Amino acid sequence: MNIVTFLEMAASADPGRVALGEHLTYAGLLEAASRLAGHWNQAPPGVVYATVATPALPIALFAAAWTGRPFAPVSYRLADEPLRTVLRGQAPAVVIADGRPAEIASAVDGLTIMAPSMAGPTAGGAEDSPAAASGGPPAGDPVQDPDLPCVLLHTSGTTAAPKVAVLRHRHLTSYVLGSVDFLSAGPEEATLISVPPYHIAGIAGLLTALYGGRRIVQLPNFEARAWVRLAREQRVTHAMVVPTMLARIAAVLEEDGGGLPYLRHLSYGGGRMPVPVIERALRLLPHVDFAGAYGLTETSSSIAVLGPEDHRLALASGDAAVRRRLGSVGRSLPAVELVVRDPDGKDLPPGEAGELWVRGPQVSGEYAHGALIDAEGWFRTRDGGWIDQEGYVFVEGRLDDVIVRGGENLSPGEIEDVLLQHPAVAETAVIGMPDEQWGEVVAAVVVTRPGTAPTADELRGWVGDRLRSSRVPAKVVFRDSLPRNDVGKLLRRDLRQAIL
Amino acid sequence: MKLHPGARLRSAVSEAEVIVVRAPDDEVDLRCGGVPVIGHDQSAAQGPGDDGHELLIGKRYSDASGTLEVLVTKAGSGQLTLDGEPLTIKPAKALPSSD
Repeated sequence: MNIVTFLEMAASADPGRVALGEHLTYAGLLEAASRLAGHWNQAPPGVVYATVATPALPIALFAAAWTGRPFAPVSYRLADEPLRTVLRGQAPAVVIADGRPAEIASAVDGLTIMAPSMAGPTAGGAEDSPAAASGGPPAGDPVQDPDLPCVLLHTSGTTAAPKVAVLRHRHLTSYVLGSVDFLSAGPEEATLISVPPYHIAGIAGLLTALYGGRRIVQLPNFEARAWVRLAREQRVTHAMVVPTMLARIAAVLEEDGGGLPYLRHLSYGGGRMPVPVIERALRLLPHVDFAGAYGLTETSSSIAVLGPEDHRLALASGDAAVRRRLGSVGRSLPAVELVVRDPDGKDLPPGEAGELWVRGPQVSGEYAHGALIDAEGWFRTRDGGWIDQEGYVFVEGRLDDVIVRGGENLSPGEIEDVLLQHPAVAETAVIGMPDEQWGEVVAAVVVTRPGTAPTADELRGWVGDRLRSSRVPAKVVFRDSLPRNDVGKLLRRDLRQAIL
Repeated sequence: MKLHPGARLRSAVSEAEVIVVRAPDDEVDLRCGGVPVIGHDQSAAQGPGDDGHELLIGKRYSDASGTLEVLVTKAGSGQLTLDGEPLTIKPAKALPSSD
């Protein structure tokens, strides 16, 4: 199956339904993708998308898929040199870009620049009239080869140099079919996509919303006030955010008190959610269903989900084992197998921590330089974690981030959650610091709230009162901010270099 | 006929089209309205296919064992059968939206 099949189905079943923004219908989107596909008859063999999310994003994604070209969304926020390297790696290709990324691309051999307005509907005109790509030869039938690469994504590279993950049509179509029912959304439903196009959730969210029939509202550059304003104006019913976004949205809502009257469902993922942040959001938005997802670029988005009912039960429960689930990522999706194994690859029983391994039709585990999937189809996530008796999955973070103190494995997240409950702590990151006696000890980097000045001893005491002594930070460093990538993911590697 | 995931098929008796999501390894006899389905690139003979069964777009049909699953990509009439046994609609998912 080609992802274009989804668009063809929706356009034939409900052509007049609005797919994107206020006017672009399913029929209009299919027409625009078809024209652009025809326009690319003689174009280079790849498509790179190096700008913000606009209607050109789905049009170019489907046009690329139509013609069997891989679609590579890249970060337009990268500095000149890394951006040049990434673009060079994708040549020869059409690059959809404007401004600085277009200038950089124009100096790279084998790249043909296309302005986003050429791919998508014109800015001033009717939104459903595809722009300059018209007039070319018509596109033939979409290429049908489920094994063709569909989307190429650069992984976030928080612990190592970024890699290019390859998601084939069969991975993405399996994910969509496994997670959403065709045109199941009500006519009033709208989803707000604010993660950038080069994040797996920005692509998967687009596909599941389109297949499910939920109107898409795009926010090109996340900013908490703009997000809240758009959610209210556009009567947004569904949205997905990463944890740092949720913390900032919560702060805006607490300040203006206006709430989010239309919002029904808020999902979060793309990084570990600190328990204090989700508890605060649940109390602030009691009418909203929360869903927490765990997934990787290499697994075509979510592989485990903590559903709304799980959230409510955990928040209200007096049972520590149930309450603890608020810090889990829920249970694995039906089409996916998720297990915990020791370093030798042997399965571990419930409750024992090891490495998470995953298998399923949506799991690619493949990079431009080779596949990392074993003969039985299992992909090692490099994430540490454990699964409880009821199947709830607890992710402890990247194995590279686990702190090994005197033979004991410490999860940074557990210590970070406790520090975040201190009234003076706004943000924190816990990392391992080399130590002659213990091998590694705990170091905490803390950003304090304005007007507070806690001492290192005070924070050490706070942790010591709540966790075992091995978890108490040997060193506390105060900073004005933490290094994060542009989707809010903590760059522990940079942090280690900065403080050690 | 032998099926593989991603194969596009059409009914020989109506407008209905399906795409194979999951397929068994062995040869199967997949029919719509009592007549074997044909490849997407073949043209349908358009027989009297109205047996009172409507195939609904976006619905997934599977056999009892779950080894064969098809997605209806174009609506049409005719009951889907595998080796004589009717395929049934897979129930809707109750999964929360996660992206």
